[in-house]
Amino acid sequence: MIHLVLVGTSHHHAPVELRERVALEREAAQALAAQLAEGGREAICLSTCNRTELYVAADDAEAAERDAVAALAALEPEVEPVLYRLHDRAAVLHLFRVAAGLDSLVPGEGEILGQVRVAHELGTTGVFLGRVFRQALHAGRKVRAQTAIGESPASVSSAAAALAEQVFGSLDGCSILLLGAGKMSEGASRNLRSRGAEIALVANSKTDRAEIEAALGTVDVVIASTNAPGLVLDADTVSRASQSRRGRQLLLVDLAVPRDLDPAIRDLDGCYLYDIDDLEQIVAETLSGRRREAERAESMVAEEAEKFHEWHASLDVVPAIASLRAKAEEIRTAELRKADPLLGRLDDSQRKAVESVTSQIVNKLLHLPTVRMKQAAAAADGVTYAEAVRHLFGLGEDER
Amino acid sequence: MAELLFWPALFFYGEAAVGYLGDARHPGRSGRLATWGVRLGWLAQTALLATQAARGDGFPWETWASSLDLFVWLVVSAYLIWGCRTPYRLLGLAVMPLAVALLVTARAGGGTGVGAASHYSTLFLVLHVGLVLAAFAGFTVAAGLSGLYLWQERRLKSRPVTILRRQIPALATLDALALRTVAWSVPLLTLGIAVGLARLVSRGDSMDAVIAATAVTWVVWCAYLGLRLLAGWAGRRAAYLALVGFVLVVVVRVVIQESHFG
Repeated sequence: MIHLVLVGTSHHHAPVELRERVALEREAAQALAAQLAEGGREAICLSTCNRTELYVAADDAEAAERDAVAALAALEPEVEPVLYRLHDRAAVLHLFRVAAGLDSLVPGEGEILGQVRVAHELGTTGVFLGRVFRQALHAGRKVRAQTAIGESPASVSSAAAALAEQVFGSLDGCSILLLGAGKMSEGASRNLRSRGAEIALVANSKTDRAEIEAALGTVDVVIASTNAPGLVLDADTVSRASQSRRGRQLLLVDLAVPRDLDPAIRDLDGCYLYDIDDLEQIVAETLSGRRREAERAESMVAEEAEKFHEWHASLDVVPAIASLRAKAEEIRTAELRKADPLLGRLDDSQRKAVESVTSQIVNKLLHLPTVRMKQAAAAADGVTYAEAVRHLFGLGEDER
Repeated sequence: MAELLFWPALFFYGEAAVGYLGDARHPGRSGRLATWGVRLGWLAQTALLATQAARGDGFPWETWASSLDLFVWLVVSAYLIWGCRTPYRLLGLAVMPLAVALLVTARAGGGTGVGAASHYSTLFLVLHVGLVLAAFAGFTVAAGLSGLYLWQERRLKSRPVTILRRQIPALATLDALALRTVAWSVPLLTLGIAVGLARLVSRGDSMDAVIAATAVTWVVWCAYLGLRLLAGWAGRRAAYLALVGFVLVVVVRVVIQESHFG
């Protein structure tokens, strides 16, 4: 019987200094999977910034685990104590949780689904591992579609972008004024640009005030993140600029401490000001919402994993079912051949009717045994049932 | 028998109103059920109106109650254009209870019956009433959009930590949709008034309270369009003006009832 073995490490077990030493580029991950798959195995290497995991499907689980551990230890010997080793059911459930983003640093983050897909494409897969990964991707997509786990932003910069969408809808064509070019504002502007917004002006301490005020009259979003000790924009300046805005909304995001934007801007018509505290509180709330959704997602993932186990268990009885059906078909055609002198008098439509009736009899007779054998396989009695069927019907005796 | 179509319409609209209420508290399945309630209720009411039109003698919506029935259908039709989208479910919370209340009122006034005889069956009347009611339905939806705009704007100003939890249309989208709805409705009202005036002149009738109230409504909505398109009005001011226009729509409806049917 084929077994699934998982060996790997993640942000739960290893610090970034260690993880980065076993992180693999695409080509290296592909080569490692191919190396592990030698000898008729199947293998996939999933390597992201938060985890490196090797999935190997093999008949000999112990040997597969040994080889996978050795492969990771060859990259970095210190990683061995923090490697986890999971087999079969536990390994499948882990993969499904990973694909659904439930094992991620931020629950429900969406990037992992794409990374699992790429790992699957680069892996050396066959029927078994291909099926595991396809079903894992299905579980991941289902969780994202049927829960709100990935809908809310998980960082200050994505929260700023989500707020901009609450004000402007599509951000295509929206323009941004960046006051200061710190790491925080860079993250926020990158998020906005990924949604279609464009940077109109990056202002620093040397930028002309008139230029900033002119930009204020036209831009849609202002992101402030300077090191200035006092206010960079006061309410009067924004109010003057608002006169030329003709009622258009203006979203101002103040990521600086001390603050760059005058809190009195909040009182201006059409201006929406959020500071770093506002955004951090919003993110904290959305993360708690994600955790609530994660509970629902866990049960969905467990359900999908169970479906996979049923399929896997049915593999035990599939050869017996196939043999049984082949035997029945063989008997049916042989008996029809025997009756050929009688059936020869029938016209084509009558012969087709006889063919159809005998096929239906065979199918109906075998339907319940087939279903029962699959059910027994799911309950771990599959091999016993399969042996019983082989014995009762003399399946495979001809070959012996 | 066809009168019985009123009940499924009322049931599904009522289910939608309750569903939207549930969705406001816990977004999800109840919102989807509410949307289906709107669709099925609208289908039932459409069947009812079609039966009224088929079996009526002339124009079947000449009484205040039957015109209210038609008005509800027009409002729900206008809402359905956007209402099926998740972010607009909150608008349903405003529209559907109103639809239920008006439909019950129409029923109480005998406006949902089938086969009523008509005293006015001229093309003028059909055009006049149809166009004015369609315009009023548009203004009602525009007022709903503006109300939602003011609510969303207030949320954005007050910065609650749950601001991103609920899917609500963006401010700019609500603003643009309200403008677009009014831009369609004003020409309809203009045409409806023109047809009514032509009929008034041909019959030699004099101005009355309804005409005066309708004219004021027309002026306000034209001003809304003019201020938005020419003077650059947008956002909160435009939303308040739309609500004022809606109050006038309600006044006209009340005046019509008092003067024509009271």
